[in-house]
Amino acid sequence: MARLPYLPHTDADIQAMLDKIGVKKLDELYSDVPAEFLHKGVYALPPAMSEQEIRDCFASLEAMNAKLKVFVGAGAYDHYTPAVIPYLCARSEFLTAYTPYQCEISQGTLRYIFEYQSLICALTGLDVSNASLYDGPTAAAEAMKMAVACTRKKTRVLLSRGLLPHVMEVVETYARFHGVQIGYVPVMNGQTCPNCLKAELAKDDVAGVIVPSINRYGIVEDHTGFADAIHAQKGLLIEYCDPSALAVVKTPGEWDADIAIGDGQPLGLPLSYGGPYVGFMAVKKEHMRKMPGRIVGQTVDKEGRRVFVLTLQAREQHIKREKATSNICSNESLMALWVTIYLSLMGPEGLKEVNKLSTDGAHYLYGELLKTGQFEEVFPGKPFLKEFVLKPKQAGLQERLEKAGFFAALPTEEGYVSFCVTEKRTKAEIDALVKAVKEG
Amino acid sequence: MKYYDKLIFECSREGRCGYSLPRNAFPAAGELPAALRRQAPLALPQVSEPDVVRHYTNLSQMNFGVDTGFYPLGSCTMKYNPKINEEMAALQGFQGLHPLMPARLTEGACKVYEEMDKALAAITGMYKFTFAPCAGAHGELTGLMLMRQYHINRGDLKRTKVIVPDSAHGTNPASAAVCGLEVVEVKSLANGRIDVEALKPLLTDEVAGIMMTNPNTLGLFETEIGTIAALVHAAGGLLYYDGANMNPLMGVVRPGDMGFDIMHLNLHKTFSTPHGGGGPGSGPVGVARKLVDCLPAIRVSAFHGNFGVILRAYAYILALGQEHLRKVGQYAVLSANYIKESLKDVYKLPIEGVCKHEFVFDGLINDGAHDDVPGATTLDVAKRLLDYGFHAPTIYFPLLFHQALMIEPTETESKETIDAFIEVMRKIAAEAAQDPNILHDAPHNTPISRPDETTAARNPILKYQENS
Repeated sequence: MARLPYLPHTDADIQAMLDKIGVKKLDELYSDVPAEFLHKGVYALPPAMSEQEIRDCFASLEAMNAKLKVFVGAGAYDHYTPAVIPYLCARSEFLTAYTPYQCEISQGTLRYIFEYQSLICALTGLDVSNASLYDGPTAAAEAMKMAVACTRKKTRVLLSRGLLPHVMEVVETYARFHGVQIGYVPVMNGQTCPNCLKAELAKDDVAGVIVPSINRYGIVEDHTGFADAIHAQKGLLIEYCDPSALAVVKTPGEWDADIAIGDGQPLGLPLSYGGPYVGFMAVKKEHMRKMPGRIVGQTVDKEGRRVFVLTLQAREQHIKREKATSNICSNESLMALWVTIYLSLMGPEGLKEVNKLSTDGAHYLYGELLKTGQFEEVFPGKPFLKEFVLKPKQAGLQERLEKAGFFAALPTEEGYVSFCVTEKRTKAEIDALVKAVKEG
Repeated sequence: MKYYDKLIFECSREGRCGYSLPRNAFPAAGELPAALRRQAPLALPQVSEPDVVRHYTNLSQMNFGVDTGFYPLGSCTMKYNPKINEEMAALQGFQGLHPLMPARLTEGACKVYEEMDKALAAITGMYKFTFAPCAGAHGELTGLMLMRQYHINRGDLKRTKVIVPDSAHGTNPASAAVCGLEVVEVKSLANGRIDVEALKPLLTDEVAGIMMTNPNTLGLFETEIGTIAALVHAAGGLLYYDGANMNPLMGVVRPGDMGFDIMHLNLHKTFSTPHGGGGPGSGPVGVARKLVDCLPAIRVSAFHGNFGVILRAYAYILALGQEHLRKVGQYAVLSANYIKESLKDVYKLPIEGVCKHEFVFDGLINDGAHDDVPGATTLDVAKRLLDYGFHAPTIYFPLLFHQALMIEPTETESKETIDAFIEVMRKIAAEAAQDPNILHDAPHNTPISRPDETTAARNPILKYQENS
C-alpha cells in the first residue's frame, strides 16, 4: 500500500520507538482500552485518494454548483477581494500558528490583532474591540448575554424586527438556554418603531436593545432618541452594523450606543457559502471587562521595546471556567487578519468609494426595475445604500432569473423580493438583469 | 526571527492608496440625509500596496507556525496542514456560492456536507452531524443545547445540572454556564481517571448529563467508561464527548461505541485544517439516533458553518481513506509514549503507564533551586524551549498539577524531529540543575523578551493612538 505523505514514520522508526517504550506492537499501546471498545469492523470510508484524485473529485463537485452573478445580500455581500489579501493570509507563519499564547514567538499575530481592534474602533466610533467572534449572529448573541451581565437585575433583551432573520434566530436560541427573555420591537414604515420601543422600555426590565444600523429591507435607520430612552432605564443600546457601510452611515459611537456588533464579511471576505466569516464587537470602555473573547494589549518587554500580549484574560474560560464572560476560545483570527489587510488597502477613500459604487449601482437598478412596471415600491423615499426590497407583481421571479444566470430577487417572508448591488456588478450586468426581468 | 516595530498606522501617508476600483458608470444616487451620515473622520491608514505587502510580511516573520517547526502544544493537535486542502477550499466554484442560494444551485456543496456527514459518522459511531458550530467551544455549547432540548422534548424539565470532571478543558464548564446549566464537578482519582464512586451520588434526576473527553486531558484513557456510561444512562442522563482529544482514537475506537450520545469534533485539530492563529475552526456536532429530532430547534451560527474549513477537512479525509485512518491514531500515540519514556528520568511523571496522544509532566525533577535562587518553573522551561527553536508545550493545564507541562507531538512529526526535541528538553533540564537563572531569563533568542503583562492588564492600551 502506498504511504501517506503526511506521515514520516518508517518501519525502522516505528520499531526503534516501540523498543524504547518497551512494547512489541502498536496495538499494545491501546492495552488500556477495554477490548469491547476496540473497533473491529472496517471503517466505512472511501479508499484513500492520491492528490490528483482529490483534485479531480473536487473539480467534479465544483462543477455541480451553479455559477451565477450574485444580486443578493441579506447578510452576505459579494464585495471585491483584492489579490493581496489571500496572498498574505496564506503565509504559513500566519496560517499554521496556534493562538498566540507564547507571545515571544507570536508578535505577528498579536500585532495584527491589535491593528484589527484599532480599525474596528475607528469604524464603529467605540472605545474597545475584542480579537473577533465567530460571525455576526453569534456576536449579537454575545451582546445579548453581555447586556444582561452588565445590567444585572434586568432580564429581558429587545430585538428589532428589522434585524436579519438569521440573526434573530441565533439570538433566540442562545437566549432560550441562557435564561434570557426576548421581546420585540416592530418595524413601522420601514424602520424600528420608536414609540413601540418606548412602550416596551416602560416595563423597566430591559437589559438591552439590539437594533440594525441598516435593516433587513436595506433601509438606513434613524435612531434619534433611542440611546436616551434606553439609558434612562439603565439598559444598553446595541447596534448591529454592516462594517463596510460604517464608512458613510452614522456610527454606533455617534448614536451613543454601548455595544456595536456585526459581521466583518462585507470587508472583502469571500461569500464561501456562509463561512468562515468573522464577528466583531466593540464597546464603550466601561463595559470592557464584561466583554467576551480575547483582547490584545500593548506593553513593553524587559528591554523596554513596544510589544503586544493577550490581556484582561481574567474574563476568559481558561482562567475563570464557568464564571467566564463567554465560552469562546478559538475565534476567527485569520479572518480578522483578512479584514485588517482589506481596510489597510482600502483606506478611508477606498471604503467610501466602495459604498459610492455599490449605492449608485443599487439606485440605478432600483430605478430600472421600477421602469419595467413589474414591481411596486414598498418603502418609497426611504434611504438605502446597496440593498433594497420591492413588491413583485408576479411570482416565480427568482427561478426565472436563475435561468438567465442571476442569483437575485430573494423572496422575503412578507412577499417582497430583495436585491443587492456591490461594486463588483457592472452596468452591463445590471442591464442584462433588467432585460431578463422584462422578458419574463 | 527579527524584531520589527511598525504598526500599519505608522506606515500611513496622506494621499496614498492601496486599492483599485472600477470606474463609476452610474448616475449619482442622492445623498443620505445629513442626520444619518457619518460625521466623524474615518481614521483608516493610507498605504500603498507594496507597503501593505511588506508590512504584513514583516509581521509574519515574527510568528512561529507548524510549517516553521515542532509545535508540541498539548490538547491542540498541531499536526501538519496539507497544502492541497488550501487549494481546494479556494476554488471559485465554492468560494463564490452565496449562503442563501437554494440547494438546487449548490449541489456540489450539498454533496460535500453529505459525504462529510457519512465519513464523520463512520469514524465516530455517531448517527448524524450538524456542521453549524464554528469552533470546538461552539460545538460544546451546541451539544449541550441538544442535551437540554432532548430532556425538554421528553417533558423532563428539572435536568439543569451537568457533571464535569476536574480535569476538563476550561471550555467545558464555560459552555455549560452559557447553556444555563449548573456545573457539578467530579473529582479524579490518584491514577488520573474519574472517581466512579464519587460520581454515583452525583447522578440525581436533576442531572442532564456528563461531559467527558476520552482520553482525558492527562492523555489517559478512561478505563471505566463502560461503567460510567451505564450509570449515567441508568440515571436518565446523556454522555457528551469533547472531541478535542479524538486524534489518538482515529481508526481504533469510536466514541459512539463507548456510549456517548453527543460529541463535537475539532476539524482544526483532528482533521488537519490550519489553526490560523486562533481560528477559523469548525466544530461539527454528532448525535446518536435518539437525538436527531432535537437538531432543527437549535440554530447557532449564520448559515452553514465554516464551509471553507469543512472543505479542507473533506480533502484530508479523502487522502486518509480507509487505509491510513488507523495510522493517525497509532502514530500519534506512539510518538507521545516515546517522548514520555525518553524524558521521565528528568521530568516528573505523576502517573505511570501507557498514555494516548499526549501526557503531562509535573515540572522538573531537579529544578536547580539553591540558597536564594528559586528553581526553574514550567514557565521557564517553556520559554527556554523557544530559544532552541521549538514551540512550548501547553503549560499550567490541566489544573491537577501545579507545574503541568502537557506535550502532544501528533503523528506528522518525524523521529528525527522528536529526537531533537528530546535532546533539547534534556539539555534544559541539565541547565536548570546547573544554573536556573539561564531559564529565568529565557527566552534570549526571540524577537522580544518576556513582556510586562501586569502593566498590560492594569493600564490597558487596546488600540492605536498617535504618539503612543
